[in-house]
Amino acid sequence: MARVHFPDNILPYTGGVREAVVAARNVRDLLRELEARYPGCHETLDRASVAIDGQIYQDAFLEPLGTNSDVHFLPRIEGG
Amino acid sequence: MAEAVDYKYVGSRPVRPDGADKVTGRAQYGADINLPNQIYGRILRSTVAHARIKSIDTSAAEAMDGVFAVVTGADFPVGEHGEIGGEGGGDVADVAQNVMARDKVYYHGHAVAAVAARSQSIADAALAAIKVEYEKLPLVLNVLDAMKDDSPLLNAQCFTKGLAEKPTKPSNIANVMTLARGNLDEGFAAADVIHESEHVVPMSHQGYIEPHACTATVNEDGRATVWLCTQGHFDTRAQTAKILGKSLADLRFIATEIGGGFGGKTVVYLEPVAVKLAEKSGRPVKMAMTREEVFRATGPTSGSVARIKVGAKKDGTITAAQAWIAMEAGAFAGAPIGPGAMAIFAPYKLEHFKVETFDVLVNKPKVAAYRAPGAPQTMHCMEVALNEIAIKLGMDPIDLRLKNAAEEGTQAPYGPKFPVIGFKECLEAAKKHPNYTRPVPAGAGRGVAAGFWFNVGMQSSAEVYVNDDGTVNVVEGSPDIGGSRASMCIMAAETLGVPYDRVRAMVGDTDTTGFCNVTGGSRTTFATGMAVIQACEDIIAQCKQRAAATWGIDADQVDWKDGQVVPKPGINAELKPLTLAQLAAKAARTGGPIAGRASLNAQGAGPSFAVNIADLAVDRETGKVDVLAFTCIQDAGTAIHPSYVEGQYQGGAAQGLGWALNEEYIFNKDGIMENAGFLDYRVPVASDLPMIDTVIIEVPNPSHPYGVRGVGETGIVAPLATCTNAMRDAVGFLIPDLPLSPPRVLAAIDAHG
Repeated sequence: MARVHFPDNILPYTGGVREAVVAARNVRDLLRELEARYPGCHETLDRASVAIDGQIYQDAFLEPLGTNSDVHFLPRIEGG
Repeated sequence: MAEAVDYKYVGSRPVRPDGADKVTGRAQYGADINLPNQIYGRILRSTVAHARIKSIDTSAAEAMDGVFAVVTGADFPVGEHGEIGGEGGGDVADVAQNVMARDKVYYHGHAVAAVAARSQSIADAALAAIKVEYEKLPLVLNVLDAMKDDSPLLNAQCFTKGLAEKPTKPSNIANVMTLARGNLDEGFAAADVIHESEHVVPMSHQGYIEPHACTATVNEDGRATVWLCTQGHFDTRAQTAKILGKSLADLRFIATEIGGGFGGKTVVYLEPVAVKLAEKSGRPVKMAMTREEVFRATGPTSGSVARIKVGAKKDGTITAAQAWIAMEAGAFAGAPIGPGAMAIFAPYKLEHFKVETFDVLVNKPKVAAYRAPGAPQTMHCMEVALNEIAIKLGMDPIDLRLKNAAEEGTQAPYGPKFPVIGFKECLEAAKKHPNYTRPVPAGAGRGVAAGFWFNVGMQSSAEVYVNDDGTVNVVEGSPDIGGSRASMCIMAAETLGVPYDRVRAMVGDTDTTGFCNVTGGSRTTFATGMAVIQACEDIIAQCKQRAAATWGIDADQVDWKDGQVVPKPGINAELKPLTLAQLAAKAARTGGPIAGRASLNAQGAGPSFAVNIADLAVDRETGKVDVLAFTCIQDAGTAIHPSYVEGQYQGGAAQGLGWALNEEYIFNKDGIMENAGFLDYRVPVASDLPMIDTVIIEVPNPSHPYGVRGVGETGIVAPLATCTNAMRDAVGFLIPDLPLSPPRVLAAIDAHG
């Protein structure tokens, strides 16, 4: 079960919930599950970067989640 | 720290492959491209900073002899909303309006029409013949004023994003970002000392030497070719396609050499206009900005107002930190508030913190990315606050930072735990550096500050071709701004085991090589380098197959070693190794030309930290500041070409020093920039700076085959606070705002008595 941490801009969708525990094999499944739980969050989360166990992925989709993965959604960073 | 690896070419300092052409003038930059029957495009820019366009009369211009085409906003598609990548990119509809105004102008210098004519002088005369009728609107230039409820609005459709509740009224605050952890009250209550201050950092420009330029030609079948100076021809092609409603396949973008970008050449200004003028006139159209246009109408970085509060215990432990930072977006949303908020506290272990950042519309040019976008502005206030805390505690400022420094496993303020990072190594190197241990020169002040940037990966492609004689050609799509062709050659040489001077690299165009995102985000050596390495590994795999076939043995019975295929130890010992050149010479018999390719979305970019040390001397009668010494210490992961890494550190420092000491956009009450030229917008020149000392720390990034972290951006972050802290040491009190220009310094000294 992955522990997922939400940024502030997702809180309107989660009703203020900052963390969730989700069973998902990869980021694709995680996004589907989160949209089912918190309708409307997908559009914003899909644009975000995802950090899985400390590693930041700019365009995560098929990246696997471990049984105790720590997942954070972050604004995309591209730099100059 | 990982053990040092003994590389053959990685870490060497060969002559850059593009060097001779650049120093002899052969290199072709944006404005050097000329085509037969070419005409010249120029842009008419608004004379007011905020107005509704009532009418544009182009009839006189169109009737002029030598004028081939005139365009206004009405010639461009309405456009759709959608994201354009990169800090300062923003919404494609906004970028389209920034390229050519539609019903309103939002800043002085906003493009309102364009002409293409036989000569530049005819084009300029035609611009003068265009009549634009404006209905002036109230303007707002100050970011704090723009946030007030009664401020003039730039865009009545702008509703603040990022709030817990959807707002019911429009606002100039386009976006809000908040990061928080712990309990601030608890944290500040535990503090023995607290520092609070407010800081203004001015809007500043990247100051690239080469103004924006492009040449466009459109065939009768509607297919356009554009030569341009850009940080990313694939991304600027995509922006142009969206703005013009064209397909990507109908646009071929060819990157010329580029005279600096620093984030400012990741977005389009001229290209859609040049294509439209070429389409309308049937002739190739060349456009080049003047320096004045670059200042007035391209994207500088955000000015900001920051409020900081930091508490610490007597032993230096930071107990809480709070920041409130408003950043100017210019005319359209896109101030770098996300990375700014995420960077400000990144170097430190913090239990209790909160940072709020605001992306605020003002009647100034739309900002663009600039080296570590957002981090210099936000980290300036935190690094100054830490200096004040160190003074209050009587503690060495490096020791204070060491006490709180993030390390592998520290939970970053923006969420995830850090992988292996090199901040402590930078601090320790700074503490023992001779420029820190020697006495401060009489009458001068010394300052220290830290810098940070995330670095990114993103998408890259590369092809590698082996010629019959064993020489190697690398083709990739990342414009070479900081020496990336040399780095690609080094990594290809290291991977293939062939000498550096037998490898050549070129930047392909959008029709001739695979997709690459911009050269930005400190990503090119990391991500495009990874693609080059993988393409070389593709070649190695093929060579092993071909050698095995040549020998008549199984492929699993061979190894690759030092640029040749060898039989595995203990078997087939009689076989003589086959070099890459030998295999290439016989390639026709083993399957044809040897070529490798790779396309990837590089993950695992490693954050880079820095520590800077400055000695500044202040003339108390004039306020003039002399930089006596400046030292950059930064983690590169692994320096592929150390000279280029040092160059990036020095370049970042020079730009940071310019921002800290002199550079600022100065607007009059009508929103007109009063210093739109290098005479009055004072970037540092060689005589202003000492030799900038560098120390390359190497804590390899485990996610890259050679340990690369990005190095291009971190270097600009720390100089701002380093200078403020050195000034504090020199004059004995804090001058909170930047730049520390003679008028500001003198006024502060006079006011302080």
